[in-house]
Amino acid sequence: MKMTTQKIRKIKDIVMHFMIYLTLLIAILPPFSVMFEVIKRGFMAIDLDFFIKTTPTVGEAKGGIANAIQGTLITIGLASLIGVPIGVISGIFLSEYGENKFSTIIRFFNEVLNGVPSIIIGIFSYTLISPITGFSLISASFALAIIMIPIVTRTTEEALKLIPTMIREAAIALGIPRWKTILHIVLKGAKKSIITGILLAIARISGESAPILVTMGYWRWWFHGLNRPVANLALNIFLFANSPFENWVILAWGSALILILMILGINIITRMLMRGSF
Amino acid sequence: MSIYKIEIENLNAWFGSKQVLKNINIKIKDRVVTAIIGPSGCGKTTLLRCINRMHELVPGARISGKVFFNGVNIYNNGVDPVQIRRKIGMVFQKPNPFPMLSIYDNVAIGPKLNGINDKRTLDSIVKRSLILVGLWDEVKDELNKPGTSLSGGQQQRLCIARALAIEPEVLLMDEPTSALDPISASKIETLIRKLAEDYTVIIVTHNIQQAARVSDYIAFLYLGELVEYGATKDIFEKPKKKLTEEYITGKFS
Repeated sequence: MKMTTQKIRKIKDIVMHFMIYLTLLIAILPPFSVMFEVIKRGFMAIDLDFFIKTTPTVGEAKGGIANAIQGTLITIGLASLIGVPIGVISGIFLSEYGENKFSTIIRFFNEVLNGVPSIIIGIFSYTLISPITGFSLISASFALAIIMIPIVTRTTEEALKLIPTMIREAAIALGIPRWKTILHIVLKGAKKSIITGILLAIARISGESAPILVTMGYWRWWFHGLNRPVANLALNIFLFANSPFENWVILAWGSALILILMILGINIITRMLMRGSF
Repeated sequence: MSIYKIEIENLNAWFGSKQVLKNINIKIKDRVVTAIIGPSGCGKTTLLRCINRMHELVPGARISGKVFFNGVNIYNNGVDPVQIRRKIGMVFQKPNPFPMLSIYDNVAIGPKLNGINDKRTLDSIVKRSLILVGLWDEVKDELNKPGTSLSGGQQQRLCIARALAIEPEVLLMDEPTSALDPISASKIETLIRKLAEDYTVIIVTHNIQQAARVSDYIAFLYLGELVEYGATKDIFEKPKKKLTEEYITGKFS
C-alpha cells in the first residue's frame, strides 16, 4: 500500500517537472527563434559595403545602411539631449521637492504618459513640429524625447529616494545649502542608478518605429540638416522588408541585426553598471 | 554680550498637532558639556534639533519661543538657518558618512561646499580635524578609501571630524555612541571631554552613566517638560525633584 502511494507521488513529480520544462520551452522559443532568424539572415547582409555605403535605389546593386546607422545615432542623440535633462531634473524635483499636490499631479501624468502608445506621441509631434519643419529629424527626435521623459523621470526619482534621509540631514547640518546638497551629495550617491535609467530609456527609443514612421519621412542619403529627414534603422526594416527587391530585403535583415546588437549592447552596459564593474 | 553660549527661552515644539516640547528654559555656558537625558520619546532629540533649526525640516513641524546663540535669537526673521548650522554642528545617532565619498572628501566636503577651494588649506583642515578626533594615525595612508569602509566607531569619529571641519562653535550630539561597541563608545566619550576645551557640547544620551562621565551639566526631560537642570554633580548627589532621583537611580527608564 505504502509503496504505491510513493510511486504515484513520484509519477506526479515527473509529470510536473515535464510540464514546467515544457512551458519554459514554449516561453523562450519565440524570442530565441526571432534572435536566431535575425542573426542568420542579418549576417548574410554583412560585408564592407554594408557599413560604408548608403541605401540603394531601385535597380542599384546591393548598397549598405551606413546612412541609417548615422541617422539613427543622430536621432537618438538629439532625443537624449532634449529628454535626459528634462527627465533628470523632473525626477530631482519629484524626489527632493515633491511633498505637495502639484507633484502628485505631475507624478500621475508622468505615469499616464508612460503608458501612451508611441504612435500617439508620434502624431502629437507630427501636428506640433512637422508643420514648422516638415518631415524631419527634429520632429522624430522630439517624439522620442517625449517617450524618454517619463522613463528617465521615474528612474531618477526612484534612485534619489533610495538615498537615506539621514545622509541629506548630515549635509544640511553641515550648513550646506539644499541645492548643493542635492548636486554634490545626493546625486553623487544615486549616479549609477540614474545612468542606468537613462541607458534603459535610450534602449527603449532605439527600437521605436511608430513615431518615426509618422514624423521622419523617407531619406536615403546622408544626414543633411536637423530640419530634414534622415535615414533610420527601424524605418529601413519597415520599408525594405516589404519590397520586391532581394537586396533590399537582405538590407532589412541587416538593419534588424544592427538594431538588436545596439540594444543588446546598451543592456549589457547597463547590467555591468548595476553590478558595479565600472 | 551674554555670558551664555546658548539660551533657550519658553521653547515649545510640535509635530503636527502633537506637542513634544513644553515651555523649555535652559541657559548653557560656553565650553561646557551639557547632557540631555530622559526616557524614550520625552523630546530629547527634538530639543537638540531645535538648537540648529533642523526640527523645522520635518513636514508639519513647528516651534514657538526663542533660542539665542551668542545673544542672537536664531528664530528671528532674516536669520539664515544655513548660516546657523555652520556655527552649530551636529553628530547623529547612527554614523552616516557620505556614501561614494572618500575619507578625505567626507571631511573636506563641508569647507569645500562652503567656498574653500585651495587644496593646501583643505589638506590642513582635513588633517587637523582627523587628528582632533584621533583618527589621523589610523587612516592617514588610506584617505582615498570610501568613508563607509571604516568600522562603526571609526565612522562615527569621521562624522565628528566632518562636523568639526567647518569650525563650529557648538557641537550637538544625538546619542553618538548608542550604535557603537563599548570600546568605540569610550573613545568617543574621551573625545567629548577633550572637545569641551574648545567647543560647547550638547549631547543627548539615554545612558545615565555616560551622562555622569562626560557632562558638566544635565538637563532632565520628562514628557516634553524640563524637570530639572543643573550641574551634573548636584543632579546626581542632591536632585531637587523626586522624579529626577527616580530616573537616575533606575526606578524607571
